[in-house]
Amino acid sequence: MSEALELPQIRFRGRSFMALVMAPEFPMGDWFAALDQQMRRSAGFFAERPVVVDLTITLAHGGPSALPIVLDGMEARDLRVVGVEGVDPSLLARTRWERVAKSLPGRELALEPLTQAPAPAVLPASLLIDRPVRSGQSIVFEDGDVTIVGPVASGAEVIAGGSIHVYGALRGRAIAGLRTAGAARIFCRKLEAELLGVDRLYRTAENWGPALHGRAVQVLCDRGALRLSALD
Amino acid sequence: MSKVMVVTSGKGGVGKTTSSAALGAALAQAGQNVVVVDFDVGLRNLDLVMGAERRVVFDLVNVVQGDAKLPQALIRDKRLETLSLLPASQTRDKDALTEDGVGRVIDELRERFDWIICDSPAGIEKGATLAMRFADVAVVVTNPEVSSVRDSDRIIGMLDSKTQRAEDGGRMEKHLLLTRYDAARAARGEMMKVEDVLEILAIPLLGIVLESPDVLTASNLGSPVTLHNPASPAARAYADASRRLLGEEVVVRPPEERRGFMSRLFGRRAAA
Repeated sequence: MSEALELPQIRFRGRSFMALVMAPEFPMGDWFAALDQQMRRSAGFFAERPVVVDLTITLAHGGPSALPIVLDGMEARDLRVVGVEGVDPSLLARTRWERVAKSLPGRELALEPLTQAPAPAVLPASLLIDRPVRSGQSIVFEDGDVTIVGPVASGAEVIAGGSIHVYGALRGRAIAGLRTAGAARIFCRKLEAELLGVDRLYRTAENWGPALHGRAVQVLCDRGALRLSALD
Repeated sequence: MSKVMVVTSGKGGVGKTTSSAALGAALAQAGQNVVVVDFDVGLRNLDLVMGAERRVVFDLVNVVQGDAKLPQALIRDKRLETLSLLPASQTRDKDALTEDGVGRVIDELRERFDWIICDSPAGIEKGATLAMRFADVAVVVTNPEVSSVRDSDRIIGMLDSKTQRAEDGGRMEKHLLLTRYDAARAARGEMMKVEDVLEILAIPLLGIVLESPDVLTASNLGSPVTLHNPASPAARAYADASRRLLGEEVVVRPPEERRGFMSRLFGRRAAA
């Protein structure tokens, strides 16, 4: 009784913070690949942020043996796993994740402000290809613009989230605006294309006639229609 | 250093086998130790074009599968002792080849020859991919027609991605061999021009072989055109190409018309 009085009193402060709740999905390889891409694009968003892993799907598809593998995978990416949920604590017994918190209180929050906040810091993604795109090859880049220094052959295709720039003859297909929709454009030094598309609008070579054939051309969306105009 | 050279095209009937035999013979005539390997398992032709069809005992598939030793399957040319042939099997199909097996045979051939010429089958399937798999150099045989040019473009893309050299981060040396070219038809706009083909494919030109009965005659007689009729324009084009492959600077001869003025006039009238 007297002993207790001599010890200093512990003072507590409260703090609330936002944890990310992530639910890994199957197939796991694809999910981790998507995570890696997301982390590359907005590294600041994940740095130092506590993560709670919802293992319901992992358990349902992969069984108990998949649990430590998934958690190790998260840790290998420098994610700070502070808790798990959706899993019976006994299933993690005798793994190194035995002591991780199993039930963290908190309330769900929408994450819109967070995902948008780091976006301006990230440079718009673009893909540069400085060799010819050969027939049968398909360049698909959903994250942004594609620039090709060289020709795009007949039977090749280029698909971009943003705009497409071809410094050479465009003889195959070009489809722009998977992400940026009507804001995307296609530019080429020499138009001999088979098909051009921007934001769900497309035209084939027979639609634009011989007047633009072989010329430098840009393609854009204008009031719901695809417009081709010569640049020279 | 031995070189593995694939002769490929994507499209069939453009002159891969004829060119393999002619280039092989031309390189052998230049003193190189050459083997020409027929990868067209199931549709073997190279033995006919090289006049060795009566001498085939074992073939590439036997060697790949370990049923025969390499020296048993190699056929030495009777006219040129530095030229050999490794024939394909006519009774099997492309699935009889494995990547490991082909790699082993190529390694063994590298120890014996300066040039290993792989005559690729048409198409982009297993036979064609295995023929190009271990190559250091590629000769892309193309006719001046849109279908052949587009198929060649596709093959060039595969040479740059599906070969061991490309996968190791190296660059595949590629050459364009334009065959069955007819200057008169190109001038009339009935055929693609050399510069059009070069612009589309964007690889260096190894040579232009004119469409000529000399080539067909030589093939039917089972003799590469460079051996059968060395003075013919086609043979000279192949000989020049082989010198370029050996690193010599040889200017590509512009494709001239061999016909005289009168026959040209007649030909034009006949076409009109």
